[in-house]
Amino acid sequence: MHASIDWLKDYIDFPWSAEELAHRLTMAGIAIEGVEQVGDDKVLGLDLTPNRGDCLGMINLAREVAALTGNELSRPPVELHENSETIDDYITVEIIAPDLCPRYTARLVKNVRLKPSPDWMQARLLSCGVRPINNVVDVTNYVMLECNQPLHAFDYDLLSPAKTILVRRAQEGEHITTLDGVDRELNDESLLITDNGRPVALAGIMGGANTEISDDTVTVLLESAYFENIGIRKTSRLVGLRSDSSIRFEKGTDVNGVVFAVNRAARLLQELADAEVVSGVADCYPQTIAEKTVLLRPARVNYLLGTELSSGQVSGYIASLRFSYVEQSGDLLVRVPSYRPDISQEVDLIEEVARLHGYENIPAQRPCGTVTQGGLTELQSFRDRLGRFMAAWFYEAVTYSFVPPRWFDLLRLEPDNPLREAVVVSNPLSEEQSTMRTLMLPGLLETVSRNLARKNNNLAFFEMGSVFYPRPPEQPEEALKVAVVVAGRTEPGWFKSAVEMDFYYLKGIAEALLESVGIEEVEWIECQDPSYHPGRSAWLRYRNTLIGVLGEIHPLVRQNFDIKPRACAMELDVGILFELSRLKVMTENISRYPAAERDIAIVVREGLPAREVEAVIRQRGGQLLRAVSVFDVYAGEQVAAGSKSLAFKMTFQSADRTLTEAEVNNLMEEIRSALAAELQATSR
Amino acid sequence: MIDTLNRIKEETRQNIDRAQDFETLTEIRVRILGRKGEITQVLRGLKELDPGQKVEVGRLANEVKDGLEQLIEDKQRQLKARQLELALQSERLDITLPGRPGKSGGQHPISQVNDQIRTIFTCLGFTVAEGPEVEMEYYNFEALNVPRDHPARDMQDTFYITRDMLLRTHTSPVQVRVMEKMAPQLPVKIIVPGRVYRKDDDATHSPMFHQVEGLLIDEHITFANLKAMLMLFARQIFGAEVKVRYRPSFFPFTEPSAEMDISCVNCGGEGCRVCGQTGWLEILGAGMVHPRVLEYGGYDAEKHTGFAFGMGIERIAMLKYQINDMRLLFDNDTRFLKQF
Repeated sequence: MHASIDWLKDYIDFPWSAEELAHRLTMAGIAIEGVEQVGDDKVLGLDLTPNRGDCLGMINLAREVAALTGNELSRPPVELHENSETIDDYITVEIIAPDLCPRYTARLVKNVRLKPSPDWMQARLLSCGVRPINNVVDVTNYVMLECNQPLHAFDYDLLSPAKTILVRRAQEGEHITTLDGVDRELNDESLLITDNGRPVALAGIMGGANTEISDDTVTVLLESAYFENIGIRKTSRLVGLRSDSSIRFEKGTDVNGVVFAVNRAARLLQELADAEVVSGVADCYPQTIAEKTVLLRPARVNYLLGTELSSGQVSGYIASLRFSYVEQSGDLLVRVPSYRPDISQEVDLIEEVARLHGYENIPAQRPCGTVTQGGLTELQSFRDRLGRFMAAWFYEAVTYSFVPPRWFDLLRLEPDNPLREAVVVSNPLSEEQSTMRTLMLPGLLETVSRNLARKNNNLAFFEMGSVFYPRPPEQPEEALKVAVVVAGRTEPGWFKSAVEMDFYYLKGIAEALLESVGIEEVEWIECQDPSYHPGRSAWLRYRNTLIGVLGEIHPLVRQNFDIKPRACAMELDVGILFELSRLKVMTENISRYPAAERDIAIVVREGLPAREVEAVIRQRGGQLLRAVSVFDVYAGEQVAAGSKSLAFKMTFQSADRTLTEAEVNNLMEEIRSALAAELQATSR
Repeated sequence: MIDTLNRIKEETRQNIDRAQDFETLTEIRVRILGRKGEITQVLRGLKELDPGQKVEVGRLANEVKDGLEQLIEDKQRQLKARQLELALQSERLDITLPGRPGKSGGQHPISQVNDQIRTIFTCLGFTVAEGPEVEMEYYNFEALNVPRDHPARDMQDTFYITRDMLLRTHTSPVQVRVMEKMAPQLPVKIIVPGRVYRKDDDATHSPMFHQVEGLLIDEHITFANLKAMLMLFARQIFGAEVKVRYRPSFFPFTEPSAEMDISCVNCGGEGCRVCGQTGWLEILGAGMVHPRVLEYGGYDAEKHTGFAFGMGIERIAMLKYQINDMRLLFDNDTRFLKQF
């Protein structure tokens, strides 16, 4: 909406420049987003909030200026020279759907001389972005912009001979061709203006093509009606048409302003089209809409705002809006004018007082209520810790929660994989954003792919966020996950110590993570995840609970995401990590007695997991074996084909004495023979 | 003999002085002071002297011996110090070369701002509440005083899952969920961070973004309290010099409603490209909780009042970190992420 300063001054006087007026209106809640010079005039750009649709009319905007200045509003002239005929002889109006159309009025003007409207009117219409057409159409638009009351002009002679306006619901599937030549199908919630049954206008939205004003028009029926806002909104959505008219009805117009507007239009046509005005207004208003009265308690104003306004100040602001009121034991019983449909309860009036008083004039005061302890829940703190841990190794990415469904194919998920069951957006912006993610992996793979395409190499990303598992008709389950994807080497530099971010790199970080939150004894078991390399991936399991997956990305999945270098990923369930996490406590005393270290190198079959060798060593080593670690793995020329060499370092220590050489040697001998017996290990 | 001793003393002193390494010093020590050394030889000859001379020469010989030992020790210390100095010099590093572990990770600016906002409000006694991203229509709109077919729904274009389920368009539904759980206990004092979704995608809108919502309900919370609290927040996040102003606005779930502007972080309020020459930047929406929302939440709107506010985290992050294009935040280019 645009408002010409020159036009506004027809109704109200103000001592300010356009810029100053813009500022004052903005600070009073009528946001002005710019002032534009148009010829000699200046035009305000209004950015109205949805509750203030009334200011789509210049007179109502002028009321705001009146409240700010205290000056009197002057309304445009509506006096008419009516002829001796009466409207009732020309038209009958009947409303069959009063719930959708509480009031319908009409006037008739004859012998209209169709021509372009005068320059001043054309200029004003153009300043509001409305294209001038002819004086009749322009007048209806002008009055709409002036009074916020959409009007419609029918060519009276094209109405069928019964000359009866019937306002009724459309039948399901009924059609109308609107002024723009489009045929529109309606349902039984749409409202039609009909002449004795034949649709002649889609109520409040657009007129029908069959009764359009043309160069031959001599008699005009002017419609000025009050339509219920929700009905107009529904039909406007149904037919996909928002007009200057429908926008105003949707936001709510003034049921008591319809006659003024139709008179104003008749008056202008009398002036500008030499029209002869038939006496009277056809006014069908079956059930008068009650006037609203709202009680405003000045004490409540101060209670809510934290101000110390006197009753006089409060009533002064109400009076400045020209709302009438009666005082009732210190409170005000306010009559809310029908052009302000946004006001229906006390708090609405408190807002009026607040904005006219000025938000800047309300003091700032810290609350002095109950003292509370703020902070995070244990889960929230845990998530923060996890996030900071991850951020030491990886860059945090933020990817969309909605993904394209084809990603499930790119991940090689089987047709019956439960992760394909996703929450689907019914009205997505595109297929690319149509499916709520059930796993984090693809978003990060796509991130890696995009970065590689831009020649960003050596990538390490993590993301923490929700995945969505449908549970219709309930809301989906939202599970918090943390995922990582790495590709390439750690940050390379002159020192040549950059390492490949491979399975073991990621596993090391995962182990450090688990360790840091006190989760021990996690099993790494072979995994069958179709997105991962079958020989280089693992599920992380604690007893019977699956924590997540870690491994190298399957080469076909890499190919699908256009990732050339090898990449590794992990995806862990944050909720489960939290459940399993333990406060770490001190579990053993530090021995005062010396430790003995021994190494052992054995050759075993190549497929034997190191974990199994370690298990035998631990079992035989017993209590005195404090630590075992692998320090070398070798397969190649030095050992037989199909076998590998493993080397372990062992630490023996007692809590209460110094171990003898013989004791340790005996243990080592036992370990050696057990390895030979149970795993066919040979010494190297 | 006295002459001999003096000669040994003088010669050895010069030899020690000239010595450049430990071997030479050892050799001198053996040759002069050793069991078969020159001084020892002199001392052996003492017995042939008469008692008077014996004392004199003996004293002199011991003096020379002690003196030379001291000299050798001093020289050894000197050589050690020199050796260390040379070693240190040879181990000199190029201290301008970069350190070994390069920065290998970091938090996204959205998370960083989120953390800051949370910290500010938790220090003020707020707790952090969360809710589902796939939300019931009732909590997202109805219970927030936005009935179906209300024009205010146009303010937030919505992604729907079913007729009754949608992607939340704001974090405000959590307000009602928390109120329902807590009513009639007071106070309700929460902030709600999270992802939200709107059907918008252009240079300044992303279909997914992040919000932080705040809610404080108690016996008697006023608009004046709202102003003070948000001022405190603005100063903590944008610095003590920042100015704020409040303009009337409209949100269906608050009344009176306000928008808070801060003085432009780029120009300080002079007017520049960032603030569109106005000197002000809009950063959050706020207001007194609408009585209908309080009632939906189970509170007596006549007795209990509260304020609520909400802001886009992306907007704060962009202003704070001078990020000029919102799309960068979701692009995840490492060249961008490494800057924070």
